[in-house]
Amino acid sequence: MTKKEALFNYLLQLGDNALIQGHRLSEWCSKAPFLEEDLALTNMALDNIGRAQSFLKYAGDIEGIGRTDDDLAYKRGERQFYNHLIYELPIGDFAYTIAKQLIISVFEYFQYTELTQSKDSTITGIASKSLKEIKYHKLHATDWCMRLGKGTVESHQRLQEAFNALWMYTVELFEMYESDAILVKDGIAIDLNIVKMKWKEMIATILKEATIDIPTVDYMQTGSRRGIHTEHLGHLLAEMQYLQRAYPDATW
Amino acid sequence: MDTQLDLWEVFIQNKAGSYVHAGSVHASDSQMALQNARDTYTRRQEGTSIWVIPAKYVVASNPEDAEMFFDPANDKIYRHPTFYVMPEGAKQI
Amino acid sequence: MNATAIDNLFQQKIDLDLNIEPKDQMPEKYRLHLIRQISQHAHSEVIGMQPEGNWITRAPSLRAKQILLAKIQDEGGHGLYLYSACETLGISREELIDQLHTGKAKYSNIFNYPALTWADIGAIGWLVDGAAIVNQVSLQRTSYGPYARGMVRICKEESFHQRQGYEIMANMMKGTEAQREMAQDAMNRWWWPSLMMFGPHDSDSPHSGDAFTWKIKRKSNDELRQKFIDKTVQQAEVIGLTIPDDELRWNEEKQGYDHGEINWEEFKRVINGNGPCNKQRMDHHKKYHAEGAWVREAAAAYAKENSK
Repeated sequence: MTKKEALFNYLLQLGDNALIQGHRLSEWCSKAPFLEEDLALTNMALDNIGRAQSFLKYAGDIEGIGRTDDDLAYKRGERQFYNHLIYELPIGDFAYTIAKQLIISVFEYFQYTELTQSKDSTITGIASKSLKEIKYHKLHATDWCMRLGKGTVESHQRLQEAFNALWMYTVELFEMYESDAILVKDGIAIDLNIVKMKWKEMIATILKEATIDIPTVDYMQTGSRRGIHTEHLGHLLAEMQYLQRAYPDATW
Repeated sequence: MDTQLDLWEVFIQNKAGSYVHAGSVHASDSQMALQNARDTYTRRQEGTSIWVIPAKYVVASNPEDAEMFFDPANDKIYRHPTFYVMPEGAKQI
Repeated sequence: MNATAIDNLFQQKIDLDLNIEPKDQMPEKYRLHLIRQISQHAHSEVIGMQPEGNWITRAPSLRAKQILLAKIQDEGGHGLYLYSACETLGISREELIDQLHTGKAKYSNIFNYPALTWADIGAIGWLVDGAAIVNQVSLQRTSYGPYARGMVRICKEESFHQRQGYEIMANMMKGTEAQREMAQDAMNRWWWPSLMMFGPHDSDSPHSGDAFTWKIKRKSNDELRQKFIDKTVQQAEVIGLTIPDDELRWNEEKQGYDHGEINWEEFKRVINGNGPCNKQRMDHHKKYHAEGAWVREAAAAYAKENSK
C-alpha cells in the first residue's frame, strides 16, 4: 500500500463514519420523543453530513481521478465503505440511539482531539471544526444517559439493554490496520491505543454515574476496515443511493 | 397523563447586546432547557449567550396597572439630557 | 369590568392597531378563535415534516440532504414557536397534542397528499411553502402579539424554503427527459391542492367575519390566493413548467390571472378525513408520540429526583 492509498483509505473511513452517522440520525426526523429533541437530533445529523462532505471531498482530491464527494457517497458499493460497524446499526429506540451516541461521541472526542495535532493541515482544519460539534454531541449523550439511567425503571432497563447490545461493536473502533501504521509513522494518522485507554476510562465514569453496568461480552465484532459490514449497510445504501443509481445520467 | 415537560423562557444575547426574549422551549431540567434553547433559537448564529428561566417564575405586570406604573414618568423630562440649557460655545458637555 | 366593557375596550385597542398581549383581557371567543387558528398552524408545521421527511434518506446529493434536513428542522422549530404562542392563551402543549389526536384540532389539508418522487420535494418547497408564505406575510400584522412575533421570526427563516424548492424544479427542468417529466408530474399533482390551501372562497368562508373584525386575519382567502397565482405563473414559465389549468388567462382589467374552478368536492372530502394520507399522517404522529412517552417520563422523573 502506498502512502497515497493509505491516506485515501483513512479519509474514507473518517468520511464514511460521519456520513453513515448523519444518515442514521436523520432518520429520527419527525420521530423524536418531543419536538425540541427532534431539532437536537437533526442538528447533530447536519453536523455529521457537513463533516462527511469535507472528508469525502478531500479523499477525492487525494485520489486524484476526479471523483467528487457525491461520487464517493453515492456511487460506491457496500464493500467499498469503511465506516465502523456501530455507525451503521439501525437507530433502535431512543435509549439505543443515546447509547450509540455516547459510545461514538466519546470515541470521536479523543480521536478528533488527537487529529487536531495531525501533520496534515487539511485534516487538522476539519478536525478542529468537528471537535466543537463532537463536544456538544458528547454533552447531549452524557446528559441523556443520566436521565435515562436514573429516570425510571423502564428507562434504566432500556438503556442497560442498549449498552449490552452495542458492546460487541466497541473494540472495533480501536483496531489499527496497515494504512494506519503507514500514516502514524508520518504523524498524519493517530495512534488509537491512546484513544482506547482514554475512551474506556471516560465511558466507565459516565456509565457508573448513570448507574449502568459495563457489559461483558464473549465476542467482539470486526470487519469494517476490510469492507466487511453488517447486513444493515446494504439497505442503508440502497435507500441513500437510490436516485443516483436509478438515474445515472442525471444531475440534481 | 402525558407530559410535555416544563415550560422555560429563553433569552438570547448576541455579542455584547442585551439579552432579548426569543421565545420558549419545553425541557425537564435546566441543562436540557439550555441545550434545547440552543438548538431552537441559535441555528442561524443569532446568539453568543443564553439565559433560560422556568416560565412559572416570570412575573408580569398587569395591563390594568399600566397607567399608574408608566404614565407618571411622562412629565419627568428633567431626567433627559436635552432638558438642560447649555451656555453657547461650551464644548464636550 | 363587565363583559361588555371588556369587549368595548378590547375592540378599541384593535381599532387602534394595538397588539393584544397575553395578560390583556380579551373576549372568550377571540381567545378560542386564536387557539383554533394558531394550533392548526402549529400542527400543520409538525405534520408537514412527514411528507418531506419521507425523502431525507433518499436525497440525491449531500447538499440536497443538508438543505432538506435544515428545512424540515425549521418546520419543527416553527411548530414549536407556534405551540409556544398558543400556550400563552392558557392551553398546554399536552392539551394541544391531545386535540390533534382526537381530531378536534386540524392541520393543513395539503399534507394529506403524498410526496411520491424527488420532484415533489421541489414542488412542496416552491408551491406549498410559496402559498404558506403569502399567508404568513399577512399574518405578521395579526392582532395577537405572540402570534405576530412568531410569524415575523417564521417569515424570516422561511425565506429560503421556497427558493430551495424552486431551485430543485429548475435544475430538474434543465436535466434529462425523465427529470423533466418528473417535475411536470409533480407540478400537476401539487398545483390544485396548493390553491386549496387558502381555503374556501370568501363567500363560503365560515370563520372570516370575526377574524376580520378582530384583525386576526388581514387579507381574505381569495385575495391571498390571487396573489399566489399571479407570482407563481411567471416563475413556472421561466423554467418551462406548464400550469395544469386550461382556463388560466391573464386578465388585463384586474391585472391578475383568471383561473379554473377548484375541485371543492375533493377539498371537502380530504378535509373530512378521506385524502390519500390522512390516516397515515395521524398514525405516524400518534405512534411516535406514544413511543416517546417513556422518554418524557424518565426525563421528568430524573428532574424531580435531582431537584430534591
